[in-house]
Amino acid sequence: MQLNAHIPSGPLSEKWDKHRFELKLVNPANKRKYEIIVVGTGLAGSSAAASLAELGYHVKIFCIQDSPRRAHSIAAQGGINAAKNYPNDGDSIKRLFYDTIKGGDFRAREANVYRLSQISNNIIDHCVALGVPFAREYGGLLANRSFGGAQVSRTFYARGQTGQQLLLGAYSALSRQIALGNVEMFTRREMMDLVLINDHARGIIVRNLVTGELERHGAHSVVLATGGYGNVFFLSTNAMNSNVSASWRSYLKGACFANPSFTQIHPTCIPVHGTYQSKLTLMSESLRNDGRVWVPKEPGDKRAFQDIPESERHYYLEAKYPSFGNLVPRDVASRNAKEQCDAGRGVGETGYAVYLDFRDAIARDGKNTIEKKYGNLFQMYERITGENPYESPMKIYPAVHYTMGGLWVDYNLMSTIPGLFVLGEANFSDHGANRLGASALMQGLADGFFVIPYTIGNYLNGHSQPNIDTSHSAFKDAEHETGERINRLIAIDGKRTVDDFHKALGNIMWEYCGMARNEAGLETALDKLPELREEFWENLKVPGDPASFNQSLERAIRVADFMELGELMLHDALDREESCGCHLREEYQTDENEALRNDDEYCYVSVWEHQDDENLQLHKEPLVFENVQLSQRSYK
Amino acid sequence: MSTQTINLTLKVWRQNGPDDKGRLDTYHAKNISKDMSFLEMLDVVNEGLSKKNQDPIAFDSDCREGICGMCGAMVNGHAHGPESETTLCQLHMRHFKDGDTLYIEPFRARAFKIIKDLVIDRSAFDQIIQAGGFISVNTGGAPDANATPVSLEKSSLAMDAAACIGCGACVASCPNASAMLFVSAKVSHLALLPQGQPEATRRSLNMICEMDHLGFGNCSNERECEAACPKGISIQNIARLNREFIKSSLFSTPSV
Ligand SMILES: Cc1cc2nc3c(=O)[nH]c(=O)nc-3n(C[C@H](O)[C@H](O)[C@H](O)COP(=O)(O)OP(=O)(O)OC[C@H]3O[C@@H](n4cnc5c(N)ncnc54)[C@H](O)[C@@H]3O)c2cc1C
Ligand code: FES
Repeated sequence: MQLNAHIPSGPLSEKWDKHRFELKLVNPANKRKYEIIVVGTGLAGSSAAASLAELGYHVKIFCIQDSPRRAHSIAAQGGINAAKNYPNDGDSIKRLFYDTIKGGDFRAREANVYRLSQISNNIIDHCVALGVPFAREYGGLLANRSFGGAQVSRTFYARGQTGQQLLLGAYSALSRQIALGNVEMFTRREMMDLVLINDHARGIIVRNLVTGELERHGAHSVVLATGGYGNVFFLSTNAMNSNVSASWRSYLKGACFANPSFTQIHPTCIPVHGTYQSKLTLMSESLRNDGRVWVPKEPGDKRAFQDIPESERHYYLEAKYPSFGNLVPRDVASRNAKEQCDAGRGVGETGYAVYLDFRDAIARDGKNTIEKKYGNLFQMYERITGENPYESPMKIYPAVHYTMGGLWVDYNLMSTIPGLFVLGEANFSDHGANRLGASALMQGLADGFFVIPYTIGNYLNGHSQPNIDTSHSAFKDAEHETGERINRLIAIDGKRTVDDFHKALGNIMWEYCGMARNEAGLETALDKLPELREEFWENLKVPGDPASFNQSLERAIRVADFMELGELMLHDALDREESCGCHLREEYQTDENEALRNDDEYCYVSVWEHQDDENLQLHKEPLVFENVQLSQRSYK
Repeated sequence: MSTQTINLTLKVWRQNGPDDKGRLDTYHAKNISKDMSFLEMLDVVNEGLSKKNQDPIAFDSDCREGICGMCGAMVNGHAHGPESETTLCQLHMRHFKDGDTLYIEPFRARAFKIIKDLVIDRSAFDQIIQAGGFISVNTGGAPDANATPVSLEKSSLAMDAAACIGCGACVASCPNASAMLFVSAKVSHLALLPQGQPEATRRSLNMICEMDHLGFGNCSNERECEAACPKGISIQNIARLNREFIKSSLFSTPSV
């Protein structure tokens, strides 16, 4: 297989324009003859479905939840970036581009990231037109704030509910198209397999989660917008239903998986407090704008925070990174928290937490100002922990948050399977080895509103498009194979529950493929994981009736795929003998414990191709930087 | 954080599909940490049931952060339990006492069919939004985001209304099973913004007609919805909706 990213030639700033001109158009009268399947109703899926339907395509869209409005995007708190430069503080398309490339530690494609920055401004315009109630200034214009690692204020937000408001905007556009009959909505459906006919993506098999029935759906093209796979770690900030199955099944059918081990660990989450815990809660990192991170200077100091005098507090981020201080990028902040806790300076019952303290900000700006900025976050913290952050510092610890890895796509967002497009967090495209805050929402909407409507036409017009026939043997086989897989899970009839296995998998992944990785650990995990998977297939218990609403079965199907994905992540982390962004290989660090890249040997995207159960093939997409100078990231 | 535990008796509504009669079954939840959320408590009970090869209690959840609107049940007669402005997933067990008995039942309304146990079908809410809960603009061609200033006051009120998570607690708490709070929140959100103005009259009329059509009841000012809303959506939105509705019935007819 030959990888071709289809990056247009010409100067960076003209590539997208040039490409749009060169893309084939579909005649308006022909558009309604084309059926497009969109899987997922998050920002990427909803915006794609709405925009494609507005153009005249016939769209079928699917989601797991009972309503498209509930997709995981709804939970994003902090904001969305754009290069508007409204605050006049020196931002530009080029600066957003540069910050994103640098933040990703030079492991993303220049052309994609530049396009993302260009489109960012259209997104804000469109969302305002859709009625998204972004925060405003007294004069009635839009407010901006600076967000995790940015030195300009380019983040637009809607209180602490930016994801909710953006998703409701995209959902409203989708709803309008549903009402017009241009989109058919299928809720409580889970994609179980991708169907290929003559090597092109032509449909999907879904399980109706209410009745347990398998259904066949055909189309001329399939768009996956199924989100990230952070739940491979069991505990993450992702929603309970987030999973990898749609991507994984496509991978098994020939879509390559890129940088699977690139996982972002978010620095400001509420620490784990019990084995019963079902998920981790993120506290928006906008909190780091005013909160100061500290631990006691003395390892093992178990005094209450009030008893630790100022001189015995270690503000380690401010000390180590004087110019960025508490606003260093996520990977840097997370790693430093782990380092402090590993050195015995962690606080709280488990010793795996650091303080995020608002005392000084409250003294400086007054409680009212702080409440106005963060009131709902403080409330949320208090609700969960029973502690009041106006009076005592928050305790935070890093948690799995976002997966930069995902299905490989070219500049058109098409995977290595013709006709299969991948958008949003599910693809690998724009964030390299580390995503900057407030740029996932931007990417999801860029992909859905402003990229796929152009690029999909080029595919549809460029290949012959047969009539879709779901009685084709490819559909029959895929449906049969799915049914067999479900029967096998039920037939195990063992003793351990699916959550029990999922937690065990999460422990392996967190221990060996989490915030820091090393060769020996990854090798150990590569022994442990297959053993666990073997036990899963021998000792799993799925209660209830498979031919009905069965949430244990839903989880079992997902965990079976996570077990396989986990192994690919380990291989990927092992192969990359450098550190970059979130991927810290302990063997490769600078003297100051920062990620040490090896640009001579690893300046590529790792693109994994599934061959058969025994064999994996690694392809390398070289990353070429013509517009930025590769440098050691420094936030000092 | 404390590590205290409590023991509870649960009376849980079990119903195998919309046509089943349903019944309350009793379960004992033992050694429940007070730091757990309500749904984590149910997870623990379900792990126990699964190990005994019994059918776990079906309930919906996704974000577990109080924002997706997927969770919800009546706990001792209160939608999302006894705490104000709290979704079920954000309700923590520290609010209960050792030895408490909890009645856990699904949100009930004519327009919400029960799928299984605590899981309900709320697609009627989506249908109401499809009837008009949007601004009719296509992608592309929007003016610069700062072209139209919006007063801070109006945009804040719009945001207050837009905070609705569509969970259905308002409907479940209303003696008439009315969806007025839900509808009024969306109508207000959009009518308060200049971008939503052009369609404001049509929107309110169409959404209310759809609400009636789907079998939701009328609003008779019981205010239970406001008390139950986990996001503190105010019934002032209903007054605003009524104003929009009067305007709309004077000037137009619903487009169906
Ligand atoms: C707590 C939290 C806060 C965040 N805050 C921010 C922020 O402030 N700024 C920012 O830029 N980013 C933020 N992010 C990241 C961002 O929210 C996500 O990356 C982004 O929303 C992903 O959008 P998506 O459309 O790709 O996928 P999702 O929103 O995850 O949607 C996935 C969709 O796919 C469906 N689906 C999945 N699998 C299947 C299947 N097999 N069959 C059928 N349907 C399926 C789901 O039902 C869902 O509809 C945050 C993330 C979290 C967890
Ligand atoms: S699970 Fe999302 S609001 Fe409760």
